Amino acid sequence: MAQRCAVTGVGQTRHDNKRIDVSQFGLVREAAIRALEDAELTWSDIDALVIGKAPDLFEGVMMPELFLAEALGGTGKPMLRVHTAGSVGGATAIVAASLVEAGVHERVLTVSYEKQSESNAMWALSIRVPFQQAVVAGAGGFFAPLIRSYMRRSGAPEDTGIRVALKDRRNALKNPYAHLRFPDITFEQIADSPMLWDPIRYLETCPSSDGACAMVLASESVAKRARRTPAWVHATAMRSEPTQFAGRDQVNPQAGKDCAKDLYAKAGISDPRREIDCAEIYVPFSWFEPMWLENLGFADDREGWRMTYEGVTALDGDLPVNMSGGVLSSNPIGASGMLRFAEAANQVRGLAGEHQIQGAQRALGHAYGGGSQYFSMWIVGSEPR
Amino acid sequence: MRDVAVLSFAQTPYKRREASRSEVEMVMAVVTEAIADSGIPKGAIGFTCSGSSDYIAGQAFAFVGAVDALGAWPPISESHVEMDGAWALYEAWVKIQCGAADSALVFAFGRSSMGRLPETLTMQLDPYTLAPLGIDAVSLAALQARSLLDRGGVTERDWAEIAVRSRRDAMANPFAQLRGESEVDKLLAEPYLVSPLRKHDCPPISDGAAAVVIAADDVARRAGPRPVWIRGIDHRIEPHQPGVRDLTRSPSTSLAGRKAGAVPERLELAELHAPFTHQEWILREALGLGEGLRINPSGGALAANPMMVAGLARIGEAAQRIRESGSGLALAHATQGHCLQQNLVCVLEAE
Repeated sequence: MAQRCAVTGVGQTRHDNKRIDVSQFGLVREAAIRALEDAELTWSDIDALVIGKAPDLFEGVMMPELFLAEALGGTGKPMLRVHTAGSVGGATAIVAASLVEAGVHERVLTVSYEKQSESNAMWALSIRVPFQQAVVAGAGGFFAPLIRSYMRRSGAPEDTGIRVALKDRRNALKNPYAHLRFPDITFEQIADSPMLWDPIRYLETCPSSDGACAMVLASESVAKRARRTPAWVHATAMRSEPTQFAGRDQVNPQAGKDCAKDLYAKAGISDPRREIDCAEIYVPFSWFEPMWLENLGFADDREGWRMTYEGVTALDGDLPVNMSGGVLSSNPIGASGMLRFAEAANQVRGLAGEHQIQGAQRALGHAYGGGSQYFSMWIVGSEPR
Repeated sequence: MRDVAVLSFAQTPYKRREASRSEVEMVMAVVTEAIADSGIPKGAIGFTCSGSSDYIAGQAFAFVGAVDALGAWPPISESHVEMDGAWALYEAWVKIQCGAADSALVFAFGRSSMGRLPETLTMQLDPYTLAPLGIDAVSLAALQARSLLDRGGVTERDWAEIAVRSRRDAMANPFAQLRGESEVDKLLAEPYLVSPLRKHDCPPISDGAAAVVIAADDVARRAGPRPVWIRGIDHRIEPHQPGVRDLTRSPSTSLAGRKAGAVPERLELAELHAPFTHQEWILREALGLGEGLRINPSGGALAANPMMVAGLARIGEAAQRIRESGSGLALAHATQGHCLQQNLVCVLEAE
């Protein structure tokens, strides 16, 4: 029933703490124009727009896609705005893909972004809502206890998080778009960096970034005419679970497990560790790499840290993870999920540049959001499935 | 394309201030009712999509809490648009077209009483050139209304007649917020709120929630309620800057109507999401709806205008009415943004 869909264009901005050189218009256009150039299309070729970003309070504009649509060539076209918390970049790509898979459109431009410097994310996350527990601590304070719980469950060595951070920060040096770049980063520098939310150190956490990511999703007939290699969408999946529910396991959420299971079934994958060549996983705090490796079924419960420790997830490992430097190196929140999906696509296209995994044929893109209630994932391949 | 039908529709009574129930409690009520009426067991619903706005709720991630109203355990396949729920229904319709689901729950909620709506909507404008002017949604609508008067062919009396008709029709709608008999001459004797708009030309500020269940093909035919088929659905956007648009016309509505396959002569009724009286006039022209056509039997957005919900409610109301009347085609329309910036048209048919 579903039509084939492929990524034929990928673009992203340079990510930085404050992109004061561009407005929100300029930021989204920077990514979108690169995606169109990659796909060798122009604005008028595009049938529909799908825009994603995290909470509107992060820029201080309600439903900003209404003023941005025109700058993205949207006049007279359908435009959708997706918001599913931190997983939104992934969810946005999935909605765009579904427009092609449904046979509604042939060429969809999807753009996600965050321009955090125009507001204050900490403030946006700290609003007191009547009759609800205040978070106040922001994301780091929220996730630190979950990491502590994982450490206790798994008995993972204390330095696992440092090793993840070292790997991702070194990978980021191969990514010209990455926000954080530490040319001579060492294990000791990370270990000695200030403890922000115990056990999360400063250099084990993601930055606040301004940035955008865009992709062109195309039908089979369009993709087959594209000059550059497309990435074929093999499967997509999303899952959400409730917040106020005593049966939740926030460390290893059921929604993530179910999402991965559904995804692999749709993609015809029975052994993800063997059949997936590389993965871009949403890791905003270093310890989330081993946590998600388990949640995604790459490792048994409590064993994910071994993959990190044994170098399996390094660029030259058996299952490279976060080749781009990941969320730890660039975090324009609304775009962070799409950057994962886009990196997976570029890997199977063979267009990932210096951080290309040779011969990557099947890759996973992963995003999560909220307090680990929201998951979106896709599998892309170098050949149609 | 698969045949997709609206099976059920539930809504809260709309109020200026819903003081006794939170968003989660409002959503729970309508979702429970819509699922029960759909004839599809909750666990068999393949996809869920909602529409809401963080700025209306006054907090980041407002929709995350709404998932608690769904009993989403085991975890569900779910998505959310920061748009009116009519667009959530569109996303769900696309999912069903992909074959990723055979049925879907769509809901929307908006509790404008959490803030001061006119000021909130000012923050919906281009933050560099428009929002700093401090112009609010009513003033922008008034600019549009003035342009329409300048163009000619319509008078303030025509708009007052729309208000009188809407409030009268709302008397038969137990969910409406603003209802009752009124007289055109009395309304026209009232002072302007923002010239040329009077209070009766503007929508009330409303709290509320609504839910719809849709399903495809045989799932819809077997479910129980008489299916109301979605014969076409499309949506289009226009530029944001009022200065680059002809505010007296709605080309995005015309285009969406054409793409959705709307044939005005065959319609039984239309539910138009026109928050301001003069916008109904613009929409009728854009869609080519004749004088005799029944418009907004529910009372429309002039009787209740819950932000993020009112568009989805137009689809629900239109479907409900043609299901009850037995057969025929109806058109439902949703809008969002200032001055009808973005519009969706859905053509429905009861067999």
